[in-house]
Amino acid sequence: MKRVVLAGNPNVGKSTLFNALTGGRQHTGNWPGKTVAMAEGSYTYKGSTYALIDLPGTYSLISRSPEEAVAEEFLRSEEVDCAIVVCDCTCLERSLILPLQIMTICPRVLICLNLLDEAQRAGIQPDPKRLSTELGIPVVTTCAPDRIGTDRLLETVRAICDGFMPPHIPSGMLHGNTEQESDEIARSFAKRAEKLADIAVMGRTNTKPPSFTQRLDRVVLHRVWGFGIMGLLLLGVLWLTIIGANYPSQGLQWLFDRLGQLLGRLMTNAPPWFSGLLLDGIYATVTRVIAVMLPPMAIFFPLFTLLEDFGYLPRMAFLLDEPFRRCGVCGKQALTMCMGFGCNAAGVTGCRIISSPRERIIAIVTNTFVPCNGRFPALILLISIGFGTTSGFLQAAILLTFLLLSVYMTLIASRLLHKCTARDESYPFILELPPYRRPRILPVLLRSVKERTLLILGRAILAAAPAGLLLWLLANLSPNGQPLLQSISAVLDTPAGWLGLNGSILLAFFLGSPANELVLPILIMILTAASGFGQESAIGEILLQHGWSFRLSLCTMLFFLFHWPCLTTLITIYRETRSFRWTLISALLPTAFGVVLCLLVALLLP
Amino acid sequence: MTITLEQLPVGGQGYVRTLPTGGNLRRRLLDFGMIEGTAIHCIHRSRGPILFAFRGTMLAFRREDCRRITVEVLP
Repeated sequence: MKRVVLAGNPNVGKSTLFNALTGGRQHTGNWPGKTVAMAEGSYTYKGSTYALIDLPGTYSLISRSPEEAVAEEFLRSEEVDCAIVVCDCTCLERSLILPLQIMTICPRVLICLNLLDEAQRAGIQPDPKRLSTELGIPVVTTCAPDRIGTDRLLETVRAICDGFMPPHIPSGMLHGNTEQESDEIARSFAKRAEKLADIAVMGRTNTKPPSFTQRLDRVVLHRVWGFGIMGLLLLGVLWLTIIGANYPSQGLQWLFDRLGQLLGRLMTNAPPWFSGLLLDGIYATVTRVIAVMLPPMAIFFPLFTLLEDFGYLPRMAFLLDEPFRRCGVCGKQALTMCMGFGCNAAGVTGCRIISSPRERIIAIVTNTFVPCNGRFPALILLISIGFGTTSGFLQAAILLTFLLLSVYMTLIASRLLHKCTARDESYPFILELPPYRRPRILPVLLRSVKERTLLILGRAILAAAPAGLLLWLLANLSPNGQPLLQSISAVLDTPAGWLGLNGSILLAFFLGSPANELVLPILIMILTAASGFGQESAIGEILLQHGWSFRLSLCTMLFFLFHWPCLTTLITIYRETRSFRWTLISALLPTAFGVVLCLLVALLLP
Repeated sequence: MTITLEQLPVGGQGYVRTLPTGGNLRRRLLDFGMIEGTAIHCIHRSRGPILFAFRGTMLAFRREDCRRITVEVLP
């Protein structure tokens, strides 16, 4: 099998090209520097199979960041039969630097000028033949989403791999022996790219962004309007998610209930403890998690990905960099926070976009300070019970206050961590704002469901199954004549009382660790001494029957906002940091905030 | 006239004169192809970062980083 490598700057449509060639799975974002891990796929062309490796998007190979080191090491290895370097036609001056560098270490290189449509709209006409003669390597033009030029690309790759095109001899001059020498080499690449762009581009060369982008940015980045637009967009996304997820959730639950009854009939001959364990324990918990998690994620992530594809997200990082800078972190953390509104596990993974290791850890640890989708419905329900208001507007305003509180606490926690962690090398905050692009709706939908929603759902189910088992055992084992669930909650009553909570609530938080959506249903199970989940609609009434007060609501809501992350998120944090210590801190820090806030409320409101 | 990049007004154009000496910032700027003589436009200023365009790309830098780069502007 031939091995073909795909290299290129971030945001030049490299991943779209990868998808077009392999029909495979690889997230393509409009966020510069998205692909940190390498993706691999394969395709067949004229009877031969080719392995296609998507290198992390880098601007150059000289500054030796982790991604660049990975890319360089790979390109230097003997196993590469052909390297495709993807360039952005609209800014050849910059994008030709990388292929020039790659040519110094790799003998079989081919340049692919992508985004041809965008360039033509801007009046830029690249001349691939001229560029090819100047460089002595093949150059093809493509427009990846429409698959224009991909046949030509595949044919050229085949010719290179089969040895029909003579390889050039790499000079090996990529790094110098001294700092000055390296600088000189870096300069020479930039100068050469500038000259080449001059020769190979007909029409006007442009240093300024497209006029549509400029005009839109005047509003989007405005110091007043910009923040207004951002607030409206975020509220809109959250509103659509909460409203839109309601009915599909109920539908799914109904479907799962019917299926559960059917399964129950099939198991009539099995011992009761067995069917109880399997159906009321594991099945009920897992399906409940799916029913409450799937619809909101299936709405939130596509909307978020649309904003990403359009190019809005880096603008948000631009607007929010100043407040975050004051807390010692960067504006990119604002994006991971927003992703956290959808799902904290996704937010934690998203922290890969932050280049400074220290700021990345801070962003990961503080991500659970913002409430995810799983906590929103519970917060809304508690608002309507605790504040005794049915006015939708008032409820929304109270919810917004809580959201602002969570953002404020994120900043405080970030600042705290910034003070407590060791200073590392300074990483400059450089943010590329790509031109706005029209997002393609259908691929966005498919991609975000496939790559974010299903992945997270899978992890959630893994966590929910054992928890369902434990829950069923606690609800059904009664060594002292009382189910364990009630005995434990009675023991927890005293410490929970200090926090303005009660034992049942605290136990529900512990048992609801697999997913925050489970906390309220479990609470109802404890209060009604039932052995299975009850009806969602009755939650409010049951709580009120058990003497639910304003103080109890307030403390529960605060604890909902600030407590340990769900298991799915904790697993993700461990995967991202590879550090047991940071995973532990991620669990303890928000809990400490929640405990302090609840203590304060409990003291002030007797 | 030589000024720092931070002083470049919106809509103004300059040519890079000196890059910061050493460090990650210098290396990252070279990555983007910013060398002595590169033409650079200021696109937008905010309370925080400043947005520039050069070599067909838009990049935002923080003010403290802008102060370490000087540009030549026509009087």
